[in-house]
Amino acid sequence: MRVLVPVKRVVDYNVKIRIKSDQSGVDIAGLKMSMNPFDEIATEEAIRLKERGIATEIVAVSMGDAKCQETLRTALAMGADRAILVETAVELQPLAVAKLLKAIVAREQPSLVLMGKQAIDDDSNQTAQMLAGLLGWPQATFASKIEIADGAATVAREVDEGIERIRVRLPAVVSVDLRLNEPRYASLPNIMKAKKKPLDTLTPEALGVDPTPRLDYVRVEEPPKRKAGVKVASVQELVAKLKTEAGVI
Amino acid sequence: MTVFVPPLPEIRFVLREIAGIERLATLPGLAHATPDLLDAALEEAGKFAAEVLAPLNAVGDRHGAVLENGVVRTAPGFKEAYRTFREGGWTGVVFPEAYGGQDLPWTFNTALADLWNAANMTFEICPLLTRGAVEAILHHGSEAQKRLYATRLISGEWTAAMCLTEPQAGTDLGALRTRAEPRDGHWRLFGQKIFITFGDHDMAENIVHLVLARLPDAPPGTKGISLFIVPKYLPGPDGRPGPRNDWRVLKLEHKVGIHASPTCVIAYGEEEGAVGFLLGEPHRGLACMFTMMNNARLAVGHEGLGLSERAFQAALAWARTRIQGRIDGRPAPILAFPDVRRMLVRMRAQIAAMRALCYWTGSFVDRAARAADPAERRRAADRVALLTPVVKAWCTDLAQEVTHGAIQVHGGMGFVEETGVAQHWRDARILPIYEGTNGIQAIDLVGRKLAMADGRLPWDLVDELRADLDTVPGELRLSLRQGLERFEAATRYVQGASEEHKGAAAAAYLRLFGHTLGAFLLARGARAAAAGATGGEAWPGLARFWCAHLLPETLGLLASVSAGAEGLDPALLDERASTVPIS
Ligand SMILES: Cc1cc2nc3c(=O)[nH]c(=O)nc-3n(C[C@H](O)[C@H](O)[C@H](O)COP(=O)(O)OP(=O)(O)OC[C@H]3O[C@@H](n4cnc5c(N)ncnc54)[C@H](O)[C@@H]3O)c2cc1C
Ligand SMILES: Cc1cc2nc3c(=O)[nH]c(=O)nc-3n(C[C@H](O)[C@H](O)[C@H](O)COP(=O)(O)OP(=O)(O)OC[C@H]3O[C@@H](n4cnc5c(N)ncnc54)[C@H](O)[C@@H]3O)c2cc1C
Repeated sequence: MRVLVPVKRVVDYNVKIRIKSDQSGVDIAGLKMSMNPFDEIATEEAIRLKERGIATEIVAVSMGDAKCQETLRTALAMGADRAILVETAVELQPLAVAKLLKAIVAREQPSLVLMGKQAIDDDSNQTAQMLAGLLGWPQATFASKIEIADGAATVAREVDEGIERIRVRLPAVVSVDLRLNEPRYASLPNIMKAKKKPLDTLTPEALGVDPTPRLDYVRVEEPPKRKAGVKVASVQELVAKLKTEAGVI
Repeated sequence: MTVFVPPLPEIRFVLREIAGIERLATLPGLAHATPDLLDAALEEAGKFAAEVLAPLNAVGDRHGAVLENGVVRTAPGFKEAYRTFREGGWTGVVFPEAYGGQDLPWTFNTALADLWNAANMTFEICPLLTRGAVEAILHHGSEAQKRLYATRLISGEWTAAMCLTEPQAGTDLGALRTRAEPRDGHWRLFGQKIFITFGDHDMAENIVHLVLARLPDAPPGTKGISLFIVPKYLPGPDGRPGPRNDWRVLKLEHKVGIHASPTCVIAYGEEEGAVGFLLGEPHRGLACMFTMMNNARLAVGHEGLGLSERAFQAALAWARTRIQGRIDGRPAPILAFPDVRRMLVRMRAQIAAMRALCYWTGSFVDRAARAADPAERRRAADRVALLTPVVKAWCTDLAQEVTHGAIQVHGGMGFVEETGVAQHWRDARILPIYEGTNGIQAIDLVGRKLAMADGRLPWDLVDELRADLDTVPGELRLSLRQGLERFEAATRYVQGASEEHKGAAAAAYLRLFGHTLGAFLLARGARAAAAGATGGEAWPGLARFWCAHLLPETLGLLASVSAGAEGLDPALLDERASTVPIS
């Protein structure tokens, strides 16, 4: 069984980002970049499936500029078998990514696409759902446990009410949540081996996909700064302030 | 717990611009050590250091290692962290592939050690000692010993300890008494060792002691010492740990710092004698051990570097948020005060200079081991010999200053254990003592190293540094030229001095050596940054600071060096010493 794992290169989660002065977006020049943490979890899960003898091959895919190769090498160092880079300078929005993934699914014929539920840069949480829709495949989102048997995946989903358990026939798209697993550290020998694993480069044109953005950014701004708190003398004053100033009760 | 963010941009800058890591990849057998590979490995190492090792540092300090019913247990979390470390392949970075290593440059391992030590120096001591033992076994062991021991130490399944010190034999190893006697085809060891770091613990399935001992026919003094492999469990024919060997931990020392490192008193041969396997030739043990010790001396310098980085980060974080006093009527973080900035910039410059010296020296270790041209190998080995005492003593002396400064920046809270910054200062205190005290390093520098090759080694260095004067940024040149002249004057004095004067001048000379070399290495970084190299943006400023505030110390140091033993009148101590009761 082949597993396809899309991995996105994003600003590292430790970095404090800044908005560009013209409010057109986030200034990422010179920032530390790394693999989207949810995608690390997806990669880890794919490797565990392979270690359990369920998956036979793991293909990692990334999309964007040539630097995404580093992210793919990370996936290869963790244990993916080969990688595909879809190289483009165009800003990629979820629908374009889903279309590109669909084209790659057609080439690679995976039984499972295992992906992060969202990327920590734009927090869209759309790509997996769109991909499943475009492919006409079942989807299981927010997975916190995945079991594969008899051509189906049983997935525990984290929903507001608790854990929901569903079964989807393969091939399927599964998006993973934070508690699914704890990704491993890549070992030095595997980092060295990763350099020798195959990494193919494709383009949107070669895949027959037009990745042009469909959405325009109007403005990007920082959340309002928290104002300093005030001390209140009594419960009465607190209640009054909640009513009149905060307007929450 | 104090913060730790792996300083990767700076590490990469020093690897590239000071150590020339890209040129090292052209040495025979290093073609695979490409910049992108090393970058990826550094990234992962940084993650592991920050996420796993750094949080355990304070835990190790608080819990320490303990001896319970004869069993040494490391602090909570150490065992698991060590397993991940070993599975990550970080124990075999520099060793030949044929024995399970990754065959990467020592220079690169220096950068890794920088990270491990900053994150958790006490943890790193164990792999550090094990690397030293592997070196000794690969250089002096039989093929069978390499297969049996080196491979398992490289994989990290087993760890090693170096067992030299005895109560009456610290600096003077010639005084050691542990005996090895031939009994039914084996060497059996009897005696006691003290201060044995990670002599026993629960992180590995077997612990291999490299023990110095005397054979029955040994000549007295340092010429009669042999080296033995004395494993905790005697390996069976399949290499699996078998019967327990006859050595035992009697006690762990209660120490000022490095609490997580078990410092063991060990008894060999309380019963039938501990089985030992001779490593190298009889009576040549000290030479073998020096293979391990030279390596370990550099590594102790790296400990000073790493600890300093950690302490600096803590101080900087504190100074940004601690509000005290006002500037222009507004409450100000202490970072805004010139005196606090002085402390912090000084630390940062000292760390940059240490890092530059450590990595640069690493590049000669690689050249000495791998250069195709034998003459280049010899020159590089000479350079390593010259720089080793400086790396060890200068970096660990500066670590005292940096960790001291980090507490000072914290004010009263630095003296309170809660902030965690005092731990770095306590941990740093061992560094000038073990692996040959800094006093002994200074004597090694002025005695042995300045005399090697007809006294040529420091002058080769002077020639190389003088050539830099034409290419470094113009604003630094005058200071550097004057600094170099002082270094030359000090070297001339020491090379011509009597034993008494040499011994007295040694410590000041070593510091002058480090301060001068530090200035030139910072200037090289400034030159690279001016040419557009990334990651070294601060270096022109750090080099200017050094030339303004640290290099001038060599004025005073030169005066002190040239005064030799002047004023060191034994009577000054004798008169008081006679009144001190002997305990
Ligand atoms: C925490 C810790 C861990 C250690 N780990 C190990 C280990 O793993 N294995 C091991 O074998 N040992 C270990 N040691 C021992 C360490 O290497 C010795 O403490 C060190 O070599 C100094 O020896 P000493 O303590 O006997 O001091 P001494 O030799 O008594 O020295 C005392 C002072 O006298 C000076 N001095 C001594 N001789 C001379 C001389 N000839 N010329 C000038 N000055 C001199 C020294 O510089 C020092 O300042 C450890 C020690 C400690 C404290
Ligand atoms: C063990 C102990 C016992 C003590 N006992 C007493 C006691 O009995 N009674 C009592 O009242 N207090 C006591 N203190 C408090 C002690 O006097 C203060 O810790 C000390 O004055 C420093 O203040 P701070 O800790 O707030 O550090 P800070 O004032 O926060 O100083 C931090 C750093 O910033 C520097 N700094 C601060 N302001 C400036 C400035 N304007 N310009 C330049 N640099 C600046 C400082 O030099 C220092 O390096 C004690 C503290 C300790 C740790």
